[in-house]
Amino acid sequence: MSHEHPASIEIEGLVKEFKKGPRAVDGIDLRVDPGEIYGFLGPNGAGKSTTVLMLTTLLPPDEGTARVAGYEVRRDGARVRENIGAALQEAALDPFLTAREHMRLQTALHGLPKAERRKRGDSLIERVGLGDAADRKVGGYSGGMKRRLDLALALVHGPRILFLDEPTTGLDIQSRTALWEEVAHLARDEGVTVFLTTQYLEEADALANRVGIIDHGRIVAEGTPESLKAEIGEPSVEAVPSDPERRGDVARVLERFGSGDGECPHAIDQSIAVRLKGGDASLVDVVRALDREGIEVAHLQLHAPTLDDVFLAKTGRTLEGSGQSDAQAPAPADPREPAASGAATA
Amino acid sequence: MGTQVAELARRSIKRTLRQPAQVVPTITFPLFLLAINAGGLDAATNLPGFPTDSYLTFALAVTFIQSGIFAVLNGGADLARDIETGFLDRLALTPMSGLALVAGQLAGVIALGLINALVYLLVGLAAGAGFAAGLSGALVLLALAVLITFAFGCIGVFAAFKFGDGEAVQGLFPVLFVFLFLSSMALPRPLIEQDWFRTIATLNPVSYLIEGIRSLYIDGFDGEALALAFGNAAVIAVIFLLLAVTGLRGRLVRT
Repeated sequence: MSHEHPASIEIEGLVKEFKKGPRAVDGIDLRVDPGEIYGFLGPNGAGKSTTVLMLTTLLPPDEGTARVAGYEVRRDGARVRENIGAALQEAALDPFLTAREHMRLQTALHGLPKAERRKRGDSLIERVGLGDAADRKVGGYSGGMKRRLDLALALVHGPRILFLDEPTTGLDIQSRTALWEEVAHLARDEGVTVFLTTQYLEEADALANRVGIIDHGRIVAEGTPESLKAEIGEPSVEAVPSDPERRGDVARVLERFGSGDGECPHAIDQSIAVRLKGGDASLVDVVRALDREGIEVAHLQLHAPTLDDVFLAKTGRTLEGSGQSDAQAPAPADPREPAASGAATA
Repeated sequence: MGTQVAELARRSIKRTLRQPAQVVPTITFPLFLLAINAGGLDAATNLPGFPTDSYLTFALAVTFIQSGIFAVLNGGADLARDIETGFLDRLALTPMSGLALVAGQLAGVIALGLINALVYLLVGLAAGAGFAAGLSGALVLLALAVLITFAFGCIGVFAAFKFGDGEAVQGLFPVLFVFLFLSSMALPRPLIEQDWFRTIATLNPVSYLIEGIRSLYIDGFDGEALALAFGNAAVIAVIFLLLAVTGLRGRLVRT
């Protein structure tokens, strides 16, 4: 496949294996074009953070090649770092410093001329809406404020490529939305390439031009959110019987409308769901069939395909629950620490 | 490099001084122990050959070493926290030099050590302790205190890079106190009756740090005692600085 423009990020066969553990990253290939927001979606332990650490030069890959901003991460680490900004998994801030002091330190370490440091820091603080809190110690900030400062610090030296590792984990919806807007603005208006890892489907759906779904260190699906959902095709119907004893009857009825690819109706809490082989139009038939069987339904809902459906189709598991199964395999807190056993953390 | 060291030092000093839990115990705890020892062990001055008739004057040197032990904790725990929280990764993504990080980190430790040394000196004088070396001796005392703090701070920085864990750094506290207790902190070495204890105290570099400071209080300028104190502090500093730099290479991984 030929490309007109050099890629911002280009990875071939990237592998990272920890001592006594499985391959945290197991032969990833991907390409991210300039100005693109690439969503790297996967559950805990999938290999997302390990990939980011390798791309940001903080962890040497075992095999494969990775070029960031045109530079090979193993050979030209310093040049890579000149061109990237990163907000890693936790907002790494000093609780005893103020936002302005963080900016002063970061601008100085990046070698900005002394006359520009204050101006650059102040403008970024204002940009992320922390002007009123700029002289308060960061220890008193909310999670959203910390994340915004983290983002501002990553932008100090005007990077062309931005790595955001689960930037909205633990944030309330308002803070999350504000951060999404800022990230979208960076890509849309300033041409910054964004590599965003997330375990939130809606985040990838809302922000990313393209999504790569990673599971157990391998990319299992890649494309635009729309194309990935279109691959799944049919919507699903979810029914909750008024009488919980009749869930079996509901399942038998829904099975008749299933997509016929061997997928059985599956239970989610109190509800039974199945992918409809006849698309939206068969919902009416489902209602009639349930009525004929005398099943009273408390809740009936039609779902358009989501990225979770894509994940389910590709891995046989839902994204929401897969982090828990991974949690059974002990994972080191820092992917650079050797794993005792099991997977490395994402 | 100069700007990097200056900014990291600025951060280290601010962070240290903004944590009362780091500052207050390093001043009060040694003074509290001094008060207890000076009150309870004053009879020791009656021993034949005891170098002064004031146990307060004799014991003041120990406060400076205790301050150094706190420097291990403060410097090491702050750095370990940077590793644990990922702040070190943030720094690693900048063109920061590793040596600037170590030097900057130790600046806060040294600043606190200097403050502590001034407080101990003034409190000692206010409490009636003698100080034989005079004003120029006070400057030598401050220089030695800073070097001792720097040396102990290097131990903390090494431990932080080695273990990357604040609790492991805290675990050094009792170990270092054992070194302190097995030194000439309570009695001059010639007056220690137990042979094994005297031997350990003689082998223990902490004894020479204490005796160097003590000489300024009791004897004035004792060239041999001061040379041994500065020399031992410098050796500790060099050894652990080299170990810290080696540990830094393992911790500050960048391709």
